[in-house]
Amino acid sequence: MTTETEIAQDHNTAPDITRHDVEAVNKSENRSLYKKRVKIHPKRVWGTFRKLKWWIMAITLGIYYITPWIRWDRGIGNPDQAVLIDFPHRRFYFFFIEIWPQEVYYFAGLLIMAAVGLFLVTSVFGRAWCGYACPQTVWTDLFIWVERFVEGDRAARIRLDKAPMSVWKAAKRVIKHTIWLLISVATGGAWIFYFADAPTLAQDFILLDAQPVAYITVAVLTFTTYSLGGLMREQVCTYMCPWPRIQGAMMDEHSLTVTYKHDRGEPRAPYKKGETFENRGDCVDCKACVVACPAGIDIRDGQQLECITCALCIDACDDVMSRIGRPRGLIDYDSVAAMNARVEGKPAKLKPIRFRTVAYFCLWAAIGLFMLFVFVGRTELDINVLRDRNPIYTKLADGSIQNAYTFKILNKARIERSVFLEITEPQGARMKVVGAADTEPAMTALFDLNPDTLQSFRLLVQMPSDMIDDEATDITFQLRDMSNGETATYDSVFRAPER
Amino acid sequence: MAERHVDQLSGIETTGHEWDGIRELDNPLPRWWLWIFYACVVWSIGYYVAYPAIPLVSGYTKGMLGYSSRAKVQKEVAKAKEAQSEYLSAIEAASLEEIRTKPELLEFAMAGGKSAFNVNCSQCHGSGAQGAPGYPNLNDDEWLWGGSLEAIHTTITHGVRNTQSDDARVSQMPAFVKDGIFSREQAGQVAEYVLSLSGNATDQAAAAEGKQMFEDNCVACHGEGGVGMTELGAPPLNNNIWLYGGEKETIVESISNSRGGVMPAWGKILDAPTVKQLTIYVHSLGGGQ
Repeated sequence: MTTETEIAQDHNTAPDITRHDVEAVNKSENRSLYKKRVKIHPKRVWGTFRKLKWWIMAITLGIYYITPWIRWDRGIGNPDQAVLIDFPHRRFYFFFIEIWPQEVYYFAGLLIMAAVGLFLVTSVFGRAWCGYACPQTVWTDLFIWVERFVEGDRAARIRLDKAPMSVWKAAKRVIKHTIWLLISVATGGAWIFYFADAPTLAQDFILLDAQPVAYITVAVLTFTTYSLGGLMREQVCTYMCPWPRIQGAMMDEHSLTVTYKHDRGEPRAPYKKGETFENRGDCVDCKACVVACPAGIDIRDGQQLECITCALCIDACDDVMSRIGRPRGLIDYDSVAAMNARVEGKPAKLKPIRFRTVAYFCLWAAIGLFMLFVFVGRTELDINVLRDRNPIYTKLADGSIQNAYTFKILNKARIERSVFLEITEPQGARMKVVGAADTEPAMTALFDLNPDTLQSFRLLVQMPSDMIDDEATDITFQLRDMSNGETATYDSVFRAPER
Repeated sequence: MAERHVDQLSGIETTGHEWDGIRELDNPLPRWWLWIFYACVVWSIGYYVAYPAIPLVSGYTKGMLGYSSRAKVQKEVAKAKEAQSEYLSAIEAASLEEIRTKPELLEFAMAGGKSAFNVNCSQCHGSGAQGAPGYPNLNDDEWLWGGSLEAIHTTITHGVRNTQSDDARVSQMPAFVKDGIFSREQAGQVAEYVLSLSGNATDQAAAAEGKQMFEDNCVACHGEGGVGMTELGAPPLNNNIWLYGGEKETIVESISNSRGGVMPAWGKILDAPTVKQLTIYVHSLGGGQ
């Protein structure tokens, strides 16, 4: 390559040639705009956290695949699937719970609890969600396990990658991708069973009788599982997921995170058997932590965006430490505050209970208790009263005032029932139901409810003008089941002209 | 171009911009992301080929799938119409009283009636059927021509004082002052008497003066004591509901120059099931008898 000095020299020897001030567009000093992906070959580790992760994988995948097949008896004519999201009939079944569309706030509440719970866990344990429970991590872990099973551990996989194509190599690749695809199909397949009766759908699915949406869903989820878990892996966490960017806001210097204790490890140096550890750190620079890492990073560089805190480097390092007879935990769950304290020679203390974590916990518990309170008070009879706003009120011939209400009754029971509506407050208001046989206003109204339905009525309430002393009067509707005495009440207002 | 800046800690160049002391590292984009961008470009070409895409001078490229949002809407409307036809024929066959007492038909008729009301009736009667001076409030329990299902149905079908239907409801109140029957002063006395019927008179002497004139001229239609007569569309005058307003001035105006609202014969404009649905809806508003 010709440097500028050389050009200058040429210029000196040949005075009649013009020297241009120009750079090649692809000059090597100008770095590339795009980054080539470096393939990572995580090495197998044994240890506490690896064991814990196997258990978590077995439990979470077990729940996911098995749940739709659990049966739950709800009586004849009703779905007997324990967990079922029934879109056509607009019901959600969860064991003994049956949620109506009107009650989606339970879902909203659960999602809020999940979010706050995630904040809490993140503020205490750092990226524990990413490292252990995130589906991306769990399926990637499973896919790496398959890869290791078929192609061997790290060294064998690197050799295989470098080897020229052969029948043997092709066979290994085909087997690996086939197993990956089978897992992906099973993942997508399990998903659809949450939305329909699992045994029936399984049969229809195999006989090609199922709805197109079932096949499309399975195809999409197969594609995403295969590509995200098998092919993309750490790229998803590093480049696609927003959560690593957000969670910095929940963590502080007391949050536990996978940490290389540089105060103990440095200065690092290779180690030969029989040498002493005086005047040097415990890190033997074996890079066991780097080869174990599914994100391919070096934890000794400190906290990094790419680190999902899967803790496999802890297991890898502990293994090395115990073999050279040094204490375990050179890489360990630790906090920035504790490490700084050690460096300064102060006692290092972990502080899981602090304002942030207590606040998250209280918020989480308060929402949970409130939801529990609402849930326990849930009845099979519910009313919803919506006052008509156009017109706000109607003046009748005898001077009394009439308000109209849209009146919705939810009968969540699976039986027909007769309910009885009265206005408990104020006394003396009369009402009329549009469509009822009797058109004269009365003190009470009787409704026959169909099982398991929402029925809507138009209700006209009349009050003599001498009963009204404000333009807004509080009014209470009470619905009572005549057979079991169950009640549902609703507070609304009755509007009248300005006095 | 912002000047080059390299982050000291990471050794990575930043984008050169600074926000409150925060700089953004200019890490290289993974190459696969670039490929996704190219894939999206290819996908969009497929879109251009398959779907309507490029506007031309008159019209646009139609695309190979022949998709059109208008055709889709028409198809959906046709589907909805088909779904409704079962109910509409049931409504056509059923009597008004049957519709009123069958919850399924009632719900359908109230929804259909509301929609037809908003399109055809709300211009005069208001979107909540609350009425306006000269246009009756349909939520209350006073009916010029009767508030039973049949009466409402007749009124909607044939209308009031129009030339479209021979069976239109017709009545004519004399313009008492304009026609020279009352003097202005007498009209005021009759108005005072009319107000006294609902207990709102302020000048008892004038009301007493007006009583005889009312009995001689008004009772024939408005009834003894101003109770009204639905056969003639004569409103009751003894209550709190006033079609044109309950102030003395307005009543004098009504007596002097007469009143007579007009309503089209909707039976000539709308089909029979729609008129039935309108009847049910209006009856359900609050004053149906």
